[in-house]
Amino acid sequence: MNMKNEAGNTDLPAPVRQDSELVQVLDAEGNVLPQASVPDLSDRELLELYETIKLARHFDQRAISFQRQGRLATYAPMTGQEGSQVATSMALAEQDWLFPTYREHAAKYAHGMELASLFEPLRGYRDGYAIPEDVNVMPEYIPIATQVPQAMGMAWGHKLQGKTDTAVLCHLGDGATSEGDFHEGLNFAGVFDVPAVFVCNNNQWAISVPRERQTASETIATKAQAYGIDSVRVDGLDPLAVYKVTSEALEKARNPAPGELRPTLIESVQYRFGAHTTADDPSVYRDESEEEAWRDRDPVDRIEKYLYNEDILDSDLESEIQDRIEQAVSEAIETAEQTETSPDNIVEHVYDDVPARLEEQRDELNRLREKYDDGAFSEVLE
Amino acid sequence: MSSTASTQSGQTVQRLALVEAIQDGLYTEMAQDDSVVVLGEDVGKNGGVFRATDQLYEEFGEDRVIDTPLAEAGIIGASIGLAQTGMKPVPEMQFMGFMYPAFDQIVSHAARLRSRSQGQYSVPMVIRAPYGGGIRAPEHHSESKEAFFVHEPGLKVVSPSTPYDAKGLLAASIHDPDPVIFLEPKLIYRAFREDVPTKPYAVSLSEAAVRREGNDISVYTWGAMTRPALIAAENLSQSHGIDAEVIDLRTLSPLDIETITDSFKKTGRAAIVHEAPKTGGLGAEIATTIQEEALVHQEAPIKRIAGFDAPMPLHSLEDYYLPQAVRIQDGIRETVDF
Ligand SMILES: Cc1ncc(C[n+]2csc(CCOP(=O)(O)OP(=O)(O)O)c2C)c(N)n1
Repeated sequence: MNMKNEAGNTDLPAPVRQDSELVQVLDAEGNVLPQASVPDLSDRELLELYETIKLARHFDQRAISFQRQGRLATYAPMTGQEGSQVATSMALAEQDWLFPTYREHAAKYAHGMELASLFEPLRGYRDGYAIPEDVNVMPEYIPIATQVPQAMGMAWGHKLQGKTDTAVLCHLGDGATSEGDFHEGLNFAGVFDVPAVFVCNNNQWAISVPRERQTASETIATKAQAYGIDSVRVDGLDPLAVYKVTSEALEKARNPAPGELRPTLIESVQYRFGAHTTADDPSVYRDESEEEAWRDRDPVDRIEKYLYNEDILDSDLESEIQDRIEQAVSEAIETAEQTETSPDNIVEHVYDDVPARLEEQRDELNRLREKYDDGAFSEVLE
Repeated sequence: MSSTASTQSGQTVQRLALVEAIQDGLYTEMAQDDSVVVLGEDVGKNGGVFRATDQLYEEFGEDRVIDTPLAEAGIIGASIGLAQTGMKPVPEMQFMGFMYPAFDQIVSHAARLRSRSQGQYSVPMVIRAPYGGGIRAPEHHSESKEAFFVHEPGLKVVSPSTPYDAKGLLAASIHDPDPVIFLEPKLIYRAFREDVPTKPYAVSLSEAAVRREGNDISVYTWGAMTRPALIAAENLSQSHGIDAEVIDLRTLSPLDIETITDSFKKTGRAAIVHEAPKTGGLGAEIATTIQEEALVHQEAPIKRIAGFDAPMPLHSLEDYYLPQAVRIQDGIRETVDF
C-alpha cells in the first residue's frame, strides 16, 4: 500500500515503505534493520523505556473507559503515540525543560510528573496542573502552537544567561505547523540560534483535517529549511529511533560542534489510532483501513519484540511489569478521585495577592452558599 | 434538513434545537445565495465539532464548505479577501477561546476596512463561534469574552438564545453588509427544541426581545443566561410576588438602547446577568447607559450578576462561577428590597 498522496507527500505507510530520509532502527517485527545502529542504552534503561511505554498504553485505556463511565471529562487519547512521547522524554536530561500539549500525558509522566496529577484536571480540578518544584515541565498547552515561541524564548533566556547545559524540548502537532506562532517561533529559533528541539508529532490528522490539508510541503521537516535550522524525520512508532534522534538533537542543542546549529525540528512520523478526543468520532472522516495499515507498526509490540529477541525480556518479567503498571495506574486514579477543592479555588492564584474586588466576589459566593446550601448551585443551567 | 417538518397554520415548521437551527439557517442561506461559503477547521467532512455544519459539505461540495488549515488568522484574513471578490464568507472559529490568533485580523482589518477606505470597501462576513461555559469542557473551551468585540467599532455582535432567533439572526447577519461576530451559546445548543419555520426569515439585528413582561425590575441578559434568568423570574413571581421583566438583548452591538431604557423607565430597577467576568463586561455598559438615559427613574442601585474576575475554573467548580438561578434570584430580591 502506497500512501503517497496527490500532493506527493511521503508519510510513512504500512507495513514498511523504504524512505531513505526516515530514521528507523527497528523493523515492524522489532528486528534491528541492516545499517541501523541501536542507541547506547543499558538493559535497565531499555526496560524502563518499555515499561513506561506500556504504562502509557494502559493509562490511555483506563482513561478512555473512565471517560465513558462519566468519571472523567473530555480526554485526548495517545494510543500509537506513546513510543514517541516516552522516548523523547527519556532523551531529556533532568535539567531540560518540556513544553507539552494536551496529548503528551506520557511525555509529562516520563519527565517527572505524578500520574495522579494527570487525572486531576480531567476530573475538573485545576490542582493537578500544579508542577512540583523539581520538575521542569510547563503546564499543558491547549491553544494550538502557542507553546512554540515560548519554548524558543525559554531556550533563548538560558543561552543569554550562559546556561547552555539546559535544552528545551517543545511538542506540537502537524496541525500546529499551520499557525503563525509555529513560524514565528521557529524563525526566532534560527535567528537567535537557541538550544531548543521542536518535536512535531505528525499523527497525520488535526481532528478531521488530514496532514496534506495542513501544508503543501512535501514533509513537515522541510519547513525547517526556511528558518535556517536543522531537521530530521524519524519513524515515530519506533521508540529506539526516536530516542536516538532526540538525544542527538538535544546534545547538539547544548554542545554544537563548530559551525553546527543548536535548534532542530524533529518530524516524528506516527499515527493517531483512536479518536482525536473522547468527544470525536473518526469514522465520520477517515477510513478504518488506514488505521489497520499502521497497526502493524505498533510501538508497544515493536519494542517488546525487540526486547524478547535480545533476551532482555521474558514472559515472567513481562507479567511482573504488567502488574506493576496496573497497580500504579489504579493508585493514581484512587488518589485523583480523592481530590476535592473549595470554590475559593476560583479566586486563588489569579494574582499573587487576591485583589479586594475578587475577595468581595468570593465572599458574596460564600454568603450565598451558606444561605442556600451547595446543592442549589448544581441545579442545571440549561 | 431535519425530517420532522410539520405544517402549522399553513406554515411548515420543524422542531429544532439551537444548533440545528443554525445548521438549517446556513443551509437556507447557502441554497439561496451561491456567494455564501462556509470555511474553518473541521467544518467540511466532519460537519463541525458541534455538527453545526452537518451535511453542508455533502450538499454544497468542497468549494463552498471548506476545511482549512489550522490557522485562525489565516481563516479570517482570507475571509476578508474573499469578501472583496463579492463572496460572503461565513468562517467558523471552533471555540471562542481560540479566536485570539485572529484578533488582529478582526479588529485591525475586518472592523475598519469600511472606515479606512471611506466606504469604498466593506467586509460582509459572519464569524461564527461557540462560546460560554457549563459543558464540562477543558481549559479555554468556555470563554465568554463578548466585550472584546463589543468594544470594537465597526463590528456587530450577536448572540441568540432560542432556536427561532438563531436561524433568523443568522440570516440577518449574513444579509448584513458589515462584519458580524455571531456568538453561539453552546450550553443551550441542544438543551431544548422549538418550532422553526423551514422558509427563510430574518430577525432584525436592532431589536432586543422582551421575553417576560413585568413591572418591578428589568433583568437584562443574553445567550445561555436567558434561561436561568427566566427561571429566576418565574420562581420569584411564585414565591415573592416579584414581577420581573426579562429582556434578551440578542444583538450586543449595537445595543437596542430604546428597549433597554423604556423597560427601566417602567420598572426603575435593573439587574444585568452575564457569565463573562464582571469587570469591563457588557453589564457595565448597560448600567451606565441606563444612568445616562433614565437616571431620574432609578429606584435602586443597579445590580450585576456576573462571572468572577478570574479565569473560568475547570468543571468541578464551574457551577459556582456561572450565574445560576439561585444567584440571579438573590440579586433580584436584593435590588427590589432596596
Ligand atoms: C488556536 C486553536 N485553534 C483551534 C483549536 C481546537 N483544536 C484542538 S486540537 C485541534 C487539532 C490539532 O491538531 P494537531 O496540531 O495535529 O495535534 P493533534 O491533536 O493531532 O495531536 C484543534 C483544531 C485549539 N485548541 N487551538
